[in-house]
Amino acid sequence: MDELIRLKTPLTNKDVEKLRIGDRVLINGALYTGRDAAHKRLIDLIQEGKPLPFDIEGQIIYYVGPTPPKPGHVFGSAGPTTSYRMDAYAPALIERGLKGMIGKGMRSEAVKEAMKKHKAVYFAATGGAGALLGKRVKKAELVAYEDLGPEAIQRLEVEDFPVIVVNDVEGNDLYVEGEKRYRRV
Amino acid sequence: MREIEVGIITEKVRDLCIEANTDIGEDVLRAFDRAMEKEESPVALDILKELKENARIAKEEKLPICQDTGTAVVFLEVGQEVHLVGGDLREAVFEGVRRGFREGYLRKSMCHPFTRANTGDNTPAIIHTEIVPGDRVKVTVAPKGGGAENMSRVVMLTPSEGVEGIKRFVVQRVKEAGSNPCPPTIVGIGIGGNFEQSALLAKKSLIRPLGSPNPDPELNRLESEILTAINNLGIGPQGLGGRTTALAVHILMMPCHIASFPLAVNIQCHVHRHKEAVIE
Repeated sequence: MDELIRLKTPLTNKDVEKLRIGDRVLINGALYTGRDAAHKRLIDLIQEGKPLPFDIEGQIIYYVGPTPPKPGHVFGSAGPTTSYRMDAYAPALIERGLKGMIGKGMRSEAVKEAMKKHKAVYFAATGGAGALLGKRVKKAELVAYEDLGPEAIQRLEVEDFPVIVVNDVEGNDLYVEGEKRYRRV
Repeated sequence: MREIEVGIITEKVRDLCIEANTDIGEDVLRAFDRAMEKEESPVALDILKELKENARIAKEEKLPICQDTGTAVVFLEVGQEVHLVGGDLREAVFEGVRRGFREGYLRKSMCHPFTRANTGDNTPAIIHTEIVPGDRVKVTVAPKGGGAENMSRVVMLTPSEGVEGIKRFVVQRVKEAGSNPCPPTIVGIGIGGNFEQSALLAKKSLIRPLGSPNPDPELNRLESEILTAINNLGIGPQGLGGRTTALAVHILMMPCHIASFPLAVNIQCHVHRHKEAVIE
């Protein structure tokens, strides 16, 4: 097993350029949650020329719709949701400085192109490992869109949040490479 | 004739919703162990380890295993000697789901198909009721996540396609589903019946404990052939490459019309949840 890489947010171009597919990364610092409905609103703001509700430069968005936290807990169970539904929105955010996305499942060519061009990476967290991932959240605060319930944008403080690099700045894709490596015909 | 209060069914459904969502079956944990013995990919091994650790945390702290706590699928086997009293059975099940999802801090995932407005309490539940001999009621709650359900299909094959047609369709379906249903999956297959019966057979096949053989030797052989073909795809845990794309293939089969060859594939993610209780 390769060594684990510890990354602290916000990420710089230098941080993401070093990452390669298959790297196991532990993220420390901030993650912003956002999925279908929140993304639509962010893109609407961009189209209207209005500022986003948080400074996106160097940040990571986590595609997640958590369970409600139990009393005494900071956060609920929080594994990733499937990313392709955010593909239509992601390139515009990457263009504006988004450096990372965490989700599960393959991205579109347009998203991969945007990652290459503007230096960003896509990480997979383990789908279904909601209890484990939720426990790595040490603080959660509402940023925007409370009316969206589990889809609201929150700023999470995470400690050693485990992810795997799936798309790097060179255009490699672990979904493609991994399957190829282990296929038997 | 025995009388059973529907309120007892509400209680059971409540408890089973919470239990199923926080306590993964021992059969699934053993299947992870078996997979780890065969797995060659270091990334895949890490993921399987993470899933075991996740299951332990969820059970110990009574937290949802996965944030998608699912559509509440409820199987009821009602003994024909039972007289249900004290209210509407369907409403009693719904109330159990409402309470389970509220009191268990589970995510409510049911919404209007067009407006996508959340129903707010995870109802309606999907209820499958069967009248059986005896004077007991068996309640099984099987929460089903959206990601894996979305990758499921029903197809009406032509009879000439035969067993090869089944293998081809199922393996192709799993290949196309790729990482989306959260592999390693359990692939439930329903063969025969008719259009809707095949889907129900596929769903019901999932309930069989992992690692147990199909009682029909011919289907048992077919399960193992399809499993090998699926795991040769190389998709692996979470689609990141590896030997473990599916943990098991389960088949239920029944006769069908002479003109038909229905086939349903119900894909289940590794968060393979089902709990049951018998009211006697």
